[in-house]
Amino acid sequence: MLRVDVSRQLGEFSLQASFASEGRVTGLFGASGSGKTSLINMIAGLLRPDRGAIAIDGETLDDTAERVHVPMHRRRIGYVFQDARLFPHLDVRQNLDYGRRMNRLADDPAQRARVTDLLDIGHLLDRRPGQLSGGERQRVALGRALLAQPRLLLLDEPLGSLDEERKVEILPYLVRLRDEAGVPMVYVSHDADEMRQLATSIVMLGRGRVTAFGGTEVLPTTP
Amino acid sequence: MFDISPTEWTAIQLSLRVATVATLVATPLGIALAWLLARRDFWGKPVVDAAIHLPLVLPPVVTGYLLLLTFGRRGLVGAWLADHLGIVFAFRWTGAALACGIMAFPLLVRPIRLSIEAVDRRLEQAAGTLGAAPWRVFLTVTLPLALPGVLAGMVLGFAKAIGEFGATITFVSNIPGETQTISSAIYSLIQTPDGDTAALRLVVVSIVIAMAALIASEWFARRALRRLHGN
Repeated sequence: MLRVDVSRQLGEFSLQASFASEGRVTGLFGASGSGKTSLINMIAGLLRPDRGAIAIDGETLDDTAERVHVPMHRRRIGYVFQDARLFPHLDVRQNLDYGRRMNRLADDPAQRARVTDLLDIGHLLDRRPGQLSGGERQRVALGRALLAQPRLLLLDEPLGSLDEERKVEILPYLVRLRDEAGVPMVYVSHDADEMRQLATSIVMLGRGRVTAFGGTEVLPTTP
Repeated sequence: MFDISPTEWTAIQLSLRVATVATLVATPLGIALAWLLARRDFWGKPVVDAAIHLPLVLPPVVTGYLLLLTFGRRGLVGAWLADHLGIVFAFRWTGAALACGIMAFPLLVRPIRLSIEAVDRRLEQAAGTLGAAPWRVFLTVTLPLALPGVLAGMVLGFAKAIGEFGATITFVSNIPGETQTISSAIYSLIQTPDGDTAALRLVVVSIVIAMAALIASEWFARRALRRLHGN
């Protein structure tokens, strides 16, 4: 269960959002500039709310009234960025292993094999990020976030920087992730079709406010 | 011509020791300060920045004299260090290392600072979301990515330290076997009748050391760049 009730002023833009979601994949849907990324940055702890609270499964991550702010590295929230952000000085294997090392988790070859199989990245382990295609990079970023064993996975338009062909290539992996990985996700996108395929509940954002909440039926129908 | 005398050898070895110690001690300090200047805003930052660069613009003899006043036997810090820790800088090779380290510091810090500023902060954020505490982000992401700048700073600092003359001779004088580096040995030799050949030998030696340092740094920088571009 993810509970968000926050406000934050960013220059001229004011973000004020409140929702609670229990879905496996919560879709944050809205046009660019609607505040989607700022909102998940707050969930991740990259951005602090001016006022409000964020909690996962009853554990408070932010509460301005109680002066609580859990730093990002202690939140155990995975984040897949639009631009992958793989570490260029590490190979794929080391990138995948990074979160486990930082969280001091025991080595778990079975889990690693499961994730690399799920994402079909086993043949890329010895490569450097510079030698990967955009789609491969994004799959490795997904694997890296998953192997840190997060309790929530944030995905910020992970298909945003890919062309149509690559999107079609990655989407099935995201569906598999939703059905097999067992980690709740918050999925950010402005693409209604993507949302329909992935999300189990939708939070619609417009100009920094929640405009609708519900199942995928709240999404606008594309003609 | 190439028959290097024992006194000259001593000067060469001393120069190498002084420059190496100065660089190795200054590097961790330089990295810490470079990180502060690149990544943090704090009160008095312009003053700290200016103070680091001061040895670059002050006449070296002034820096040397200030060192003598501070770290000399009767200096404020020097007396305390000598009485409590038994550390003496005045007229010792350690004093030469201190003078060289301070003179080299601005040249060492600058490339490190620039390369830390060039590290993509989004990668540091990604490391944070993967569970890395800020100091581990620094050790596993920022520092490895800034490595070419660190090496460049070390080489520049070393080169400056091995050539330092004014501050060193003012602070610790020109004592053969203790504080006489290549530079001060050359200075003494060209003031001695018939010292020209010996001076030239040391000139050649300093050119060789400088060239070797530059080639080594270029080699390290290339290797590091290859690592960074991820292929």
